[in-house]
Amino acid sequence: MADGQTPAGVPVEPVKRYTDMAIALHWLLALAILAAFCVGLYMADLKLSPTRIRLFNWHKWAGISILVLSALRLAWRLTHRPPPEPAYLPAWQRRLAGGVHHLLYLMFFFVPIAGWAHSSAAGFPVVWFGVIHLPDLVGPDKQLAETLGDVHAALAFTLAGLVLLHVAGALQHRFILKDDIVQRMLPGRRPQGKAEGRT
Amino acid sequence: MTSRNAIAPALALALAVVLAPAGATIPVVAPALVASQSEISFVSHQMGVPIDGRFRKFDAQVQFDPNAPQKGRFLIDVDVTSVSLPTSDAMEEVVKPAWFNSRNFPAAQFASTAIRTIDNGHYEISGRLTIKGQSQDVVVPVAITQSAGLTTAAGEIVLHRLAFAIGDGEWRDTSVVADNVEVKFRLVLTGIAPL
Repeated sequence: MADGQTPAGVPVEPVKRYTDMAIALHWLLALAILAAFCVGLYMADLKLSPTRIRLFNWHKWAGISILVLSALRLAWRLTHRPPPEPAYLPAWQRRLAGGVHHLLYLMFFFVPIAGWAHSSAAGFPVVWFGVIHLPDLVGPDKQLAETLGDVHAALAFTLAGLVLLHVAGALQHRFILKDDIVQRMLPGRRPQGKAEGRT
Repeated sequence: MTSRNAIAPALALALAVVLAPAGATIPVVAPALVASQSEISFVSHQMGVPIDGRFRKFDAQVQFDPNAPQKGRFLIDVDVTSVSLPTSDAMEEVVKPAWFNSRNFPAAQFASTAIRTIDNGHYEISGRLTIKGQSQDVVVPVAITQSAGLTTAAGEIVLHRLAFAIGDGEWRDTSVVADNVEVKFRLVLTGIAPL
């Protein structure tokens, strides 16, 4: 395909960007998910201490926040069409990117819900920010708690793998193909003058 | 004192005598704890998350005449080593010196000093509570109810764990483990005269 041969070429029409809300949610969730993942990795094997209790609760608060923001983000995504992928991308790349996006969205929900259920099964209700008592998803059950803990971890590593694919794709566009795709999701600068893509 | 109140214990005693097997001594009607139906539990809070615990072993020596409640006495001994918490981590931690130090202080005790009647069935029991060698004066609201020959004394009191140095050192931070601990008790007793 001829268009694919000139990825560095500036597209004829200006880059359509995601909406400000979509960009804000993307980066806020990126930070929250990265933080929750790192804290989760670090805290899992800590011995009982005030630090362990703090980290576990922060992790849970972050997880519920990610769940809520992801619901908001999904609602936004379903009501605001993202800018179309440039036509010069090969179909398989578009399908791969789309597939990764779909799986990422699934994990935004599955990972926190599995963590929440794990906490419920372990006998620790989730109290969001230490104030809002959330209902238990399952009753206390040690065996189930262990299983759900494993499920939560497996899903979190799946999410991490998808994030790596997603980031690898973005870096490839930015530094190898040198096209403008990544700009659609970057905050700040608005190239090509007009407030295109704002909805 | 109403005549009904006076007659009932006499009836109970008469019934006990009639029902006692031949040769048995007349049972002395003294209050005794029905441990299997009694409960002492507590709720502590970790960053707002309620953590349920309880003591599996405790005993109570009670003298209580509903007709003269002010003369009553409650002495409750709790085996601190019988504490039960939701996780094995917590079970291992809570016996340590920073918490109950249960090797050195295996028993906690409540000894009443005065009983004040609020209204029928409701009392305020003042007393001295000793945990981990630290004593505090406390006032405990208690509701007493009776059914099927059993008397239940139940109530709830909020204790401040730091007043007893429970959760010392790095655990003093109340933003992690709250100072307030809600203690609930239900003591089921036999041998108390009808209210």
